[in-house]
Amino acid sequence: MANTVMVYSTPTCPYCIRVKQFLKDNNVAYQDIDVSSDQAKAEEMTSKSGQLGVPVIDINGQVIVGFDKGKIKKALGL
Amino acid sequence: MTEIFDLIIIGAGPAGITASVYAARKRMNFIVVTGDIGGQTVWSGDVENYTGYQFITGPELAAKFEEHMRQYGIEARETEFVSDIQKSGGIISVKTNKGAYQTKTLIIASGKKSKELNVPGEKEFKNKGLTYCATCDGPLFSGKNVSVIGGGNSALDAALQLVKIAKHTYIINITPALGGDAVMRAKVEESPSVTIFNNTQVSAVLGDKTVTGIRIKDNKGKEDLVAVEGIFVEIGLVPNSDFARNIVKNEQGEIKVNCHNETNIPGIFAAGDVTDVPEKQIVIAAGEGSKAALSAFKYLARKK
Repeated sequence: MANTVMVYSTPTCPYCIRVKQFLKDNNVAYQDIDVSSDQAKAEEMTSKSGQLGVPVIDINGQVIVGFDKGKIKKALGL
Repeated sequence: MTEIFDLIIIGAGPAGITASVYAARKRMNFIVVTGDIGGQTVWSGDVENYTGYQFITGPELAAKFEEHMRQYGIEARETEFVSDIQKSGGIISVKTNKGAYQTKTLIIASGKKSKELNVPGEKEFKNKGLTYCATCDGPLFSGKNVSVIGGGNSALDAALQLVKIAKHTYIINITPALGGDAVMRAKVEESPSVTIFNNTQVSAVLGDKTVTGIRIKDNKGKEDLVAVEGIFVEIGLVPNSDFARNIVKNEQGEIKVNCHNETNIPGIFAAGDVTDVPEKQIVIAAGEGSKAALSAFKYLARKK
């Protein structure tokens, strides 16, 4: 079963770059959401995660704040 | 019986990663425990002084470091933070949030982290408007009023990123005038959307669900409120050395090392920004990491 993965990020944030690289390396498809250019999505991220920091990763509805490789792997079943 | 490693490396920034590569080449039995991979290198914007790369970004260089480590089959244990180290009977015990280990030698390469304000509201509103990474979270505050706390190069850098997108940027600086690089300072001072409060410090972070403002206080004791939605703390760095309780440090909390990277405790070495080595540079940290690994290797050889 394919995972539904969304990455809320900004273009400049180093850990966003690393999260996306990690997903690519593991052949995981994801939707990249640039919250710096989309205010509505920025608010969606805030309400989902209860905070204002990027990156936020949504894996099948499970919300992970920051590049936490252990949690991401577990949520993806890697 | 628990396994006794030849070496444990704490940290996976340039110092820790380079130490791990050297340790692997010396075929030492070792592990790396670390918060993250890359350390401060990941936060660096453009790196133009790491030999061999005329230009590379911080995240790219960190990825190269990680790749180099992987080539030797080294898998750093991430989000693992050391809470205590003790040496007795020639064996060093290392306690972390995930386990306890024993080793004959230890390299502390745990680097530095952002200094905190230590004012009411800071912890509560961390990542709820208050951040230590302008590069990361800056773009979330476009069109809003923000404040930068600090007056050195990192504060100027944050302010210059923010003036492009924020409505207004307030700089709260504790010293009588901004420091840092003259070119950057001029750009900040000339910007019409910047207000600078010198001789001023933050006394509280205010907010509801997220940040709504800061309370500031000048050197004459006059208080004021500034309404902002974003707070960027850029007041410098402190070494990650709290866990190294019995190790001699300088006034800044940096671990004292000699030119062989030895600390006051035999078998415990340190390298990179967590030490009192003059000049904090990626290339220096990497060099110090290699020296520390070679010193640990020689120490073990002498013990045999």
